[in-house]
Amino acid sequence: MFEIRFHGRGGQGAVTAANILATAAFLEGNDVQSFPFFGVERRGAPVEAYTRIDNKKIDIKMYIYNPDAVVVLDTSLMSKIDVLKGLKKGGYLILNTQKKPQDFNFKDYKIAVVDATEVAVGFGLGSKSAPIVNTAILGAYAKAVGNVKIESVLEAIKSSAPSRAEDNAKAAYESYNRTILGW
Amino acid sequence: MKITKGVVISEPGSTALEETGSWRTFRPEIRYEKCIRCMICWNYCPEPAIEKKPGEEYPVANQKLIKMPVPVINYQYCKGCGICVNECPTKAIDFVREEK
Amino acid sequence: MPMMMLKGNESTAYAAKLARVKVVPAYPITPSTVFPEKVSELIANGEMDAEFLPVESEHSALSAAIGAAATGVRTMTATASQGLAFMNEILYIASGMRLPIVMAIGNRALAAPVNIWADQQDTMMVRDSGWIHFYAETNQEALDLTIIAFKVSENENVLLPALMGMDAFVLTHTMEPVNVPEQKDVDAFLGEKEINYPVLDPSKPATFGAFVFPEHYMEFRYSQYIAMEHAKKVIDDAFEQFNKIFGRGYSKVSGFQVEDADILFITMGSMTGTARETVRKLREEGEKVGLVKITVFRPFPKDEIIEITKNAKVIAVVDRNISPGFAGAIFTEVAASFTNVKNRPKIIDFILGLGGRDIRVENYEEIYKRSKKAMRGKFEEVQWIDVDEESVKEVEGSL
Repeated sequence: MFEIRFHGRGGQGAVTAANILATAAFLEGNDVQSFPFFGVERRGAPVEAYTRIDNKKIDIKMYIYNPDAVVVLDTSLMSKIDVLKGLKKGGYLILNTQKKPQDFNFKDYKIAVVDATEVAVGFGLGSKSAPIVNTAILGAYAKAVGNVKIESVLEAIKSSAPSRAEDNAKAAYESYNRTILGW
Repeated sequence: MKITKGVVISEPGSTALEETGSWRTFRPEIRYEKCIRCMICWNYCPEPAIEKKPGEEYPVANQKLIKMPVPVINYQYCKGCGICVNECPTKAIDFVREEK
Repeated sequence: MPMMMLKGNESTAYAAKLARVKVVPAYPITPSTVFPEKVSELIANGEMDAEFLPVESEHSALSAAIGAAATGVRTMTATASQGLAFMNEILYIASGMRLPIVMAIGNRALAAPVNIWADQQDTMMVRDSGWIHFYAETNQEALDLTIIAFKVSENENVLLPALMGMDAFVLTHTMEPVNVPEQKDVDAFLGEKEINYPVLDPSKPATFGAFVFPEHYMEFRYSQYIAMEHAKKVIDDAFEQFNKIFGRGYSKVSGFQVEDADILFITMGSMTGTARETVRKLREEGEKVGLVKITVFRPFPKDEIIEITKNAKVIAVVDRNISPGFAGAIFTEVAASFTNVKNRPKIIDFILGLGGRDIRVENYEEIYKRSKKAMRGKFEEVQWIDVDEESVKEVEGSL
């Protein structure tokens, strides 16, 4: 079983990202589960969402405490929230940032970075005050982790994005190509 | 949270402890040399995280306005919704990406 | 049959569509809100042919459902927690009037303290309301059991309303692959809704839910009791027929690794999957443990529970609810089931997961540990798991 935790802010689409990733993994024949941190969502407030992927039936229905990968849609969260909490040693850390992998001092993890905000703004996704970076960051996930193919991510976006599926898919592909791996 | 008989939070004002300023992706910054102190931003701020301050201490677009109160953003609570940026009639509020 | 990625609330909305529900009166409440949203969307898209009534309260929602069902059309609504509490009066009226309404519940805690998370207190509160109770473990079950609920509810020997409970967020807001049946198969399973009870008809004026004196009231209550007894077989038949058409089998009570188990967990709803995972883990460690899942809570599957637990030494009932002054509701029912049974196992009630506290593998391991200890000696009948007893002691004192 592979478990992923998403960190974002209400409105950035972390929950939808978890859903799209689950859909992509499902298209590849896996059993999947995705869910938000159960609570009261508010635009701008920190939110978490989760995805489980397994090649056999998933029975478990509890929160994810020790993820294999953490995806951060907004690195400004990192000053307030311990996004590494419970992340398995050697696990993946995928960040939406203008910085480079070597700017971060997390030697126990595999760090991948992409400026998903720039990509999202470039494709006019969301507004400038609240760019929707969820589809863009999934391109980075596909590149970094590789347990879900970018083609499946694009197909999942096209089948489930609530609007502007084509631009969202392009944003994911653009980020896929721009992702910098720190290992 | 302290467990009590019933569900009582005995100290008032606990909501103020939640500093929603950390929610911002973009921060509004007032360029006072363009601000005409119309207070439209103050009116529209839903939080409300824009305060009225005495005008003398801030740069001013026109000396005639110096005695008028000036809007000042309280970044402890500003969530970065951008409504003030949108409403400002003289486009005196910039919207700058936060990278903390 | 197409697979779709669905949340629990969407599964029940698709069930409504596939059952060709004609009237949906609903008032939104967390965590149930997505149900009326999705139904409105399906109607607006032209995918579903039904009347959506945005009423002014839950009390009105069920009242409108009664009105609709009394005209003979298939009717469904959804609610949770405080909404269900507000419906309480009307719940008894619906069952007393013998109207086959189906309702999806997002099982949520009751205030105070205000809390929107998973907890089965709300439907336990309406245990005695004369409604049939189904509980889903997964979103697939939420969809299937909702369709089955119509089949049972509308059976002429039953004619009782049915509710289908799914835990708040853990199911209502979690997305899983769901096998959405073909319309023609659901049509074959449910058939056209029969008019097998008196209906509102302007050409034949009648009084519904009339006033009744003591000389007759009891007979009406007894007939409800009998209808619920009939429901036991009707449910089994519906499960069997469903399995034939859709290839997914259900039973009121189902077991996992029960044959040689000394200790059995009894669970209901979404907590079951994590319990099953724990049983696998403990089995690998050589422990003789198993699991019994309750899918139907009313009518209570007493005989099935006694039969499936016959080899167990300890039954560890897991209750996501509490009746202060006694125990959790499932414990009460399980314990009562054994009243006239000679060789009964030890039965312990474990209270956990209230107000959305996460139910984890570690919790079940703790329950197992305590049950194993109880197997050999004395034990406390009601035990709270994963609760900060110390801070409560400071306020309430110790026992």
